[in-house]
Amino acid sequence: MSPSDSSPHPLLKVRDLSVSFASETGDVRAVRGLSYEVRPSEILAIVGESGSGKSVSSLAVMGLLPGNAKINARELVFKGQDLLSITPAAMRALRGREIGMIFQDPVTALNPVLTIGEQITEPLKLHMGMSESQARARAQELLTLVGISDAPSRLDQYPHQFSGGMRQRVMIAIGLSCNPRLLIADEPTTALDVTIQAQILELMQDLCRRLGVALVIITHNLGVVARYADRVLVMYGGRMLECGTTATVLQQPRHLYTAGLLSSVPSLDSPLVGRLAAIEGSPPDPRRWPEGCAFAPRCPHAQSACRGETPVQTTDVGSVSACVRAPEMAAGTLSWTPLHSGRHTVAAPARRAADKGSLVELRDLEKTFSVRRGLWSKTAEVKAVGGVHLSIARGETIGVVGESGCGKSTLGRLLLRLEEPSAGTILFRGQDITHLRDHQLRDFRRQAQVVFQDPFSSLNPRQRISDIISEPMRVHGLVKSRAEAREQTLQLLNLVGLREDHADRFAHQLSGGQRQRIAIARALAMRPDFIVCDEAVSALDVSIQAQVVNLLSDLQQQLHLSYFFIGHDLAVVRQIATRVVVMYLGRIVEVAERDAFYRQPLHPYAQALMSAIPSVSDAAGTRRTLIPIRGEPPSPMAPPSGCAFRTRCPHAMPECAQQVPALREVAPGQQVACLKFA
Amino acid sequence: MSHSALPVATTHRTAWLRRFSRFCRKQPLGAVALLLLALMLAAAVFGPQLAPHDPLATRFDAVLQSPGAQHWMGTDSYGRDVFSRIVYGTRSALLLGISTALMGACIGGGIGATSAYFGGRVDAAIQRINDILLSIPLIVAALVVVAVLGRREMAGVDVNLMAAITLPYIPVMARVMRSAAMPIRQLPYIEAARALGFSHWRIITRHMLPNLISPWLVMVSAFTAQTILLEASLSFLGVGVHEPTPAWGLMLSSVSVDVFTNAPWVILFPGLAISVTVFSFSLLGDALRDALDPRNHL
Amino acid sequence: MITLLVKRSLQFVFTLWAVATLIFFMLRVLPGDPIEFKYLSEGGSVAAEQLQAQKARFGYDRPVHEQYIRWVGGLTRMDLGISVWSENPITEEIRSRFGITFQLAVVALFIGLLLAIPLGVASALTRGTWLDQLIRVSTVSGQSIPSFWMAMLVILALLSTTGWIPSIQEARFTEQPMEYLAQLFFPALVVGWRLSAVNARLLRSSLLDVLGQDYVRTAHAKGVPGSRVIWRHALGNALLPTVTVVGIEFAGLLGGLVVTEQVFNINGIGRLLIQAISYNDLALIQGLVMLFSLIFVTVNFAVDIVYALLDPRVRVH
Repeated sequence: MSPSDSSPHPLLKVRDLSVSFASETGDVRAVRGLSYEVRPSEILAIVGESGSGKSVSSLAVMGLLPGNAKINARELVFKGQDLLSITPAAMRALRGREIGMIFQDPVTALNPVLTIGEQITEPLKLHMGMSESQARARAQELLTLVGISDAPSRLDQYPHQFSGGMRQRVMIAIGLSCNPRLLIADEPTTALDVTIQAQILELMQDLCRRLGVALVIITHNLGVVARYADRVLVMYGGRMLECGTTATVLQQPRHLYTAGLLSSVPSLDSPLVGRLAAIEGSPPDPRRWPEGCAFAPRCPHAQSACRGETPVQTTDVGSVSACVRAPEMAAGTLSWTPLHSGRHTVAAPARRAADKGSLVELRDLEKTFSVRRGLWSKTAEVKAVGGVHLSIARGETIGVVGESGCGKSTLGRLLLRLEEPSAGTILFRGQDITHLRDHQLRDFRRQAQVVFQDPFSSLNPRQRISDIISEPMRVHGLVKSRAEAREQTLQLLNLVGLREDHADRFAHQLSGGQRQRIAIARALAMRPDFIVCDEAVSALDVSIQAQVVNLLSDLQQQLHLSYFFIGHDLAVVRQIATRVVVMYLGRIVEVAERDAFYRQPLHPYAQALMSAIPSVSDAAGTRRTLIPIRGEPPSPMAPPSGCAFRTRCPHAMPECAQQVPALREVAPGQQVACLKFA
Repeated sequence: MSHSALPVATTHRTAWLRRFSRFCRKQPLGAVALLLLALMLAAAVFGPQLAPHDPLATRFDAVLQSPGAQHWMGTDSYGRDVFSRIVYGTRSALLLGISTALMGACIGGGIGATSAYFGGRVDAAIQRINDILLSIPLIVAALVVVAVLGRREMAGVDVNLMAAITLPYIPVMARVMRSAAMPIRQLPYIEAARALGFSHWRIITRHMLPNLISPWLVMVSAFTAQTILLEASLSFLGVGVHEPTPAWGLMLSSVSVDVFTNAPWVILFPGLAISVTVFSFSLLGDALRDALDPRNHL
Repeated sequence: MITLLVKRSLQFVFTLWAVATLIFFMLRVLPGDPIEFKYLSEGGSVAAEQLQAQKARFGYDRPVHEQYIRWVGGLTRMDLGISVWSENPITEEIRSRFGITFQLAVVALFIGLLLAIPLGVASALTRGTWLDQLIRVSTVSGQSIPSFWMAMLVILALLSTTGWIPSIQEARFTEQPMEYLAQLFFPALVVGWRLSAVNARLLRSSLLDVLGQDYVRTAHAKGVPGSRVIWRHALGNALLPTVTVVGIEFAGLLGGLVVTEQVFNINGIGRLLIQAISYNDLALIQGLVMLFSLIFVTVNFAVDIVYALLDPRVRVH
């Protein structure tokens, strides 16, 4: 092992770890020869996409893999104790006591029928031999430590009475309860809203520093790595590709995959490029690893040497890399330039003179749902969307951002008339579609389509791809024969970058990125003018996201489409939107032209949102100040009076409780709904 | 999840064959069930060839004979050969059991899926009606229907009996299919179908129902077990299949304690026949559920 | 909470009324009426005026809607009319038989739950092994055996071994408790057998499901020992669906009661129903079906309450 990567007394030492799972088609190797160390009190990030083996490797360390897993390693040592030959009882004693683990989904990670108190005190009583009262006292301390107020009464509550962010705090409390030396967090914030994400990550970083606990964060988000980690390990294809200090790896990558990843991730502040420098292809299938370097099939600079042994070497900047061409990167003669990069920068498209009149107009739009919680509760009214006033021109892309409960998805569904508004009007091309029915509604549907978030459940598993795409054409009578339908289907497949032989496949035979392309092709089948993209890239791997974002941009140019792009990732929205709309608890709080918005958002919520998003550039030390937002988003069933954001706003004034601020133009192209600008 | 080019399934038939052999390997109990059912089907179809005696022939000189070379399963209190009656009994059991389960599953399934699709008020109304229908315990409902309708033969089959067995199961199956259909209703591809302007009918028949085949099949096999039991119970109580048609439940009815303590074969074999048949369908249902569970794929 | 209990109770009453209406009209589809059946079937003949007098006596000469109102009105007063067959008030007929059926049902329920838990848990924990297969096969068989056949087999077994069969009329609980329980036990076993098989299977799949949940993984990650994970973390969640299923399967229990009473010659309301049907006594059938439905709806209501008590997600908030 290279000297620069080892330290005198690492907390955890892993050498040549391999994990494979027995399955009926043979062994599936999820981790192949991984070696790394965790040093005391450091924060190490393990970064990878799906199939990289990042989660499996940590579960292996914890001994939490299922029975059909086979673990092999040259060394697996924690605090001097060999984990390979340990007895199950001793491993259990270690788990929870010396090594804590936090999982991704806080909603399902806690037992619904046991109180929080019982779940926190359990390890204390088990591992530390505390009595009930001692454990309870300590549990209260822990809850306060993780920022949950009113600890004594909270202890007797059940998980469903806590929000997602608070449940994750409870998980952190449990993880830290017995003063472990190491805490492993597997995608701890992926399921949380951006502002809560920031709170949780800040909390984890703070606590680990203070208590001297080493933290391993497993994530796919490079921004999180940049902002919080000391060192980073990049995994791909079950192997380590690169490892080093965060600043070094992110600013001077020495593996082409790392470089590619960095180029394809949209950013919040660097100059906009016309198309992202995406990585072609998809992550490999763990059942069929390629020869040599797992990344070679997708690497535009692969050589024959890449198909052979690719040992890990120390680089000129002190990191380690498994890239055969690292020296060239060090010398500056090789950098990541993908096959199709558009180096042209894009300006916000000027409104074409022909686009007189708006495509879509929303006036005072409102949607209220009646919600019944269980057999025994009353029905409650939730105002999902209120007072929305917006117009969308042809050729525009409106990027809509906000956190869960803000109503952006509902708004998208209203635009498509998948829901009927409770009040207000929707005009499409001047026609009032608010209460359309039957064949008029069907005619409208030809002009406005949707692409959903989850590529795996948005295609009918029982239909062939060709049917999925041609069905709308046939149902609406847009084609006169099977042959014509087939021809148009193949054209569409080409348009979205897929091969014609995909037409006769089924959805489960394709990857996530390919499926999303099919969904786009289906949306285009009737040549609509308007497409709602509901988190269309959020469920894709980072390297695939860039491809699909590029595709959407290309299609917009070619077909003169308008998009209503719903997203939670401000960086992605920046890449594709011409105007940005920020929503909070059902209302629009800011509308701005893209460049103006990203230069300086005006609404306090928008500002906090922007600052909460970790970005790769944070590693350069030019860290944007995090504007902290206190507390949790209010429940949509009990919104605060006046401005809904006032309960968390750092600039709240007494007047904010009295009236709901209206959206008004405070700068050219920027509208804000805030009393500060009144 | 594969990304590279996977060969498309070769031919339809070999794909089915492969799937079948995989099923037998992974679900041995299911394979056993299929075997037993195949045997029973053979008995039902080839009854006349298989049965050594005429099931209706009464011989008062051979009453209650114990099993032997002449009568493999003995004779009953009318001198009729038990084995032949059992073989012939397979017909009414399978015919009634399968047809009623299928009819109930088609009607109930359709109602359940439609209810789940529309949601809201429609769903609530249908559910309310369903709840009311379900308030009457199953066998009681069947008894009432049978009492009300009486008997009606059509082409050798008691149609009213079929109705009496089918009708009570419709609300049950509607409920089962509704629970299976609800999660599918929420899936994006159904929303996408709505957004594409497809008619309700199209979405339900082309998009929802094909994806409900797995739970539907499981339900059919599991409920066939129940319909066979119900038919046997009704026959036992004297309101199901009537004499002289051989039916297993009927063979057990009105057998007094004296008779069966001295000639246990009279009740042993018919009861065993019922149990084995119901058992096979239940096992099959279990095996299908395991095999078709999407979590077991990939 | 109070308002919701009231709401549920109203639903309860509405359901019962709807069932009563349904039964009434279903039974009126039949041509003819119980009076004719009683006197004219089997080739009997009776003078027309006498027939008419009997009809008037039992109310079958009135128009249908009047009969309906009488029926529903009677229900609220617990007056179910008079049985044409026995000529006694129906409430009397039921009252004299209800007790035994109720006791049988309670013991059967008890057996159904008690047997199921160890079987279900063992089966889930030893998944895939021979023990699991054995239990699965036994529970499936348990569900496949017709109750009436099992009753006969039990009688056969008892007679061949001990020469004794249960005859409940002969002992009273207060005087000879052990005798009484012994006599109650066997019919109750037959009735409860099916319920225990269903529950054991359900518990198995429910437990397996729960063991795959994230919060069980969290428990392992905390270093909780395996047995504690099962008993403290998993079982509580796994038992919840079993509670609901008791409500649904109770219908099967009632069905089992009907046939078992027939075989064991127990004079309960199950047997009464069969007799009512064979005598085509409309009023009696109506009354009994209402009773069965009432029992069933009440049991399900109770199940809802128990579930709400057990599941904090329903109980709190």
